[in-house]
Amino acid sequence: MSFFKPQAQTPKAPPKHAVDPELQPWVEKYRPKTIDDVSAQEHTVAVLKKTLTSTNLPHMLFYGPPGTGKTSTILALARQLFGPENFRNRVLELNASDERGISIVREKIKNFARQTPRAQTVSSDGKEYPCPPYKIIILDEADSMTQDAQGALRRIMESYARITRFCLVCNYVTRIIEPLASRCSKFRFTSLDNQSSSSRLMHIATAEHIAVDPLVVETLISASSGDLRRAITYLQSASRLSSSTSPPTPITPRDVQEIAGVVPDDIINDFASVLGIDTDQAMSDTTPKPGFKGIRSAVKEIIREGYSASQVLSQLHDIVVLHPTLNAKQKSQCGLIFAEADKALCDGADEELWILEVGLHVSKAVS
Amino acid sequence: MSLWVDQYRPRALDDLHYHQGLSTCLKALAASGDFPHMLFYGPSGAGKKTRITCTLRQLFGPGVEKLKIDQRVFLTPSRRKVEVNLVQSNFHIEITPSEAGSYDRVVIQELLKEIAQTQQVDLNAKQRFKVVIINEADSLSRDAQAALRRTMEKYMSNMRIILCANSTSRLIAPIKSRCLLMRVAAPSREEMQSVMQYVSKRAGFDLPPEAGDKIIDDSGGNLRKAILVLEALKMQSPDLSGPLAIAKPDWETYCHKVADMIISEQSPARVMEVRQKLYELLSHCIPPTVILKTIAERVVDRVDEAIKTDIMHWAAIYEVRMRIGSKKIYHLEAWVVKVMSIYKHFFYDMDMSSFD
Ligand SMILES: Nc1ncnc2c1ncn2[C@@H]1O[C@H](COP(=O)(O)OP(=O)(O)OP(=O)(O)O)[C@@H](O)[C@H]1O
Ligand SMILES: [Mg+2]
Repeated sequence: MSFFKPQAQTPKAPPKHAVDPELQPWVEKYRPKTIDDVSAQEHTVAVLKKTLTSTNLPHMLFYGPPGTGKTSTILALARQLFGPENFRNRVLELNASDERGISIVREKIKNFARQTPRAQTVSSDGKEYPCPPYKIIILDEADSMTQDAQGALRRIMESYARITRFCLVCNYVTRIIEPLASRCSKFRFTSLDNQSSSSRLMHIATAEHIAVDPLVVETLISASSGDLRRAITYLQSASRLSSSTSPPTPITPRDVQEIAGVVPDDIINDFASVLGIDTDQAMSDTTPKPGFKGIRSAVKEIIREGYSASQVLSQLHDIVVLHPTLNAKQKSQCGLIFAEADKALCDGADEELWILEVGLHVSKAVS
Repeated sequence: MSLWVDQYRPRALDDLHYHQGLSTCLKALAASGDFPHMLFYGPSGAGKKTRITCTLRQLFGPGVEKLKIDQRVFLTPSRRKVEVNLVQSNFHIEITPSEAGSYDRVVIQELLKEIAQTQQVDLNAKQRFKVVIINEADSLSRDAQAALRRTMEKYMSNMRIILCANSTSRLIAPIKSRCLLMRVAAPSREEMQSVMQYVSKRAGFDLPPEAGDKIIDDSGGNLRKAILVLEALKMQSPDLSGPLAIAKPDWETYCHKVADMIISEQSPARVMEVRQKLYELLSHCIPPTVILKTIAERVVDRVDEAIKTDIMHWAAIYEVRMRIGSKKIYHLEAWVVKVMSIYKHFFYDMDMSSFD
């Protein structure tokens, strides 16, 4: 089918240059505009809403896994406090893409904190904003700041305490040094529960006029493990792909899995059975042991297909842990090797060697 | 005259031979106007780069093929200069940040901001955004990856990023959650056969299918390698009939020799000899992981089933240590000694527990 040419390609639309909201990625388009829009995270939202009325704000530390609304929440809060006009001169956002050596951070914050602009509480859009008398400095992705820079931040936070509030945002709270963390009120962002993810996804789907099956939503959620940004990206990609075929086809759970890089069930089940784990209860103890050679060629096949080792291992892990007939000892032996492999992969180890290592060990443990 | 791999490389999405599904996807994405950030991953020689280039052409037209190559010097905070090569057209720019070693973060920060803040200059451009291709994305340091995160969100309106990697395991979750993942699997045997037939036809000869099979066996799913071998063989014996001698690269033969040395004798003297050979390989810039894997593959093929698992286990362990540590040779050598000890103990059927 290499000469297959869909019609969509021949007439090229004239180039468009205007900023078209239609073409915005959905993650940006549906980024919460107010803190009420933020799904789940009830506790955080409730506390922050109080600060909107009291106009007093502590230093804050937001932490939690990717795509759970940390950046969105602080941006929405700042916008609601200051309104669109004052946002620029009242809010400074520094993230990992900015140079964040100690001296630079100090310089930037010093300059920023020095200017005291007058506040216009009524903005051009006619709304009134609380516009409290301080500035907000957002240090996004703060866990990638060096210890030294964090140390220096302590002094800075103190010396400008009267006129600035800091909001540190990070994934791993343990990477923030204790003296810094203890100066902030901490807000934990949890992975979104299925209910909130699903209602947010449905909301977006309705707004975009696309039909999604509940099964698809379920797949989106399980493939993105609580990361709403990922779920939204997958949804948009899937809908683009499905609407581009002629005639447009509905989105299937398999489409979503492919986009998400999930290894298809049959491939992972085949691999498991090569290792001697029966995924199909009907046929047990009939499969001959494939031995070293069999396992090695199964691993080579997976590598050829390009699946990522961490994905393969996490799916294999699910099969082992949830397996109905393996006993506790076997499962814990497998668990050890999965942990070992995860650490190795994080250290950048060779994927083929480690899938093989896990395969050989699991096969030994379950035999 | 360029090599066949380049000369007959498909240039448009429609010309790509296999993974039709992917090509259709890419075409749809390119037409939709809201092209996402993308991450292409898959084994080497599977055609990731070709696919990316074709996608660019689909996005911007033939203008992307007018390339110029520049060198840029970046200044690190500690006032060191790092040089990086940039390949660019009017519409895109391609970088390999790993050239800058541990300073890749500086390259990412400076270059991307600069690109992000300049609008597309060419008013006739089909797209409002520029594309940044980042090669070897899986070797980006953590810091460099962190630097990409907000950049990818903030400057979405005039920049798209295409990451190209062998695997996604080394990329941090926040990056993966910002990209559309595109898996490019190695082509199947049939697909490789048909590509080679096509290349042969274009080059003006018929490839006997058996010869094709032979080359595929040798290539391990790497299409680039297969086509290179095809061209080399054609040079050697123009009619491509009879038994084909596919020359193994020298380093591979050398690794096999090392494996044989390990199996034939286990002694301190032999360790010294092996070390000489390992040094030799390292000094020829063969990546240590490749050395270890090639030797291990050969060793396990030649030993008893009972100790294969153990040998691979230690290969896996020493390979990670090698990555974390700084002296590659220590770990290679340690593994060699380990293998010798396993082998010898197995032979004399002794208790190995004190060596674990
Ligand atoms: N709780 C939420 N409610 C509504 N939308 C959300 C929520 N969490 C994430 N999103 C969606 O995901 C996108 C990314 O969220 P955000 O940038 O806030 O994540 P983050 O927590 O800062 O992630 P990271 O740790 O990767 O920086 C938002 O644009 C929004 O569309
Ligand atoms: Mg964020």
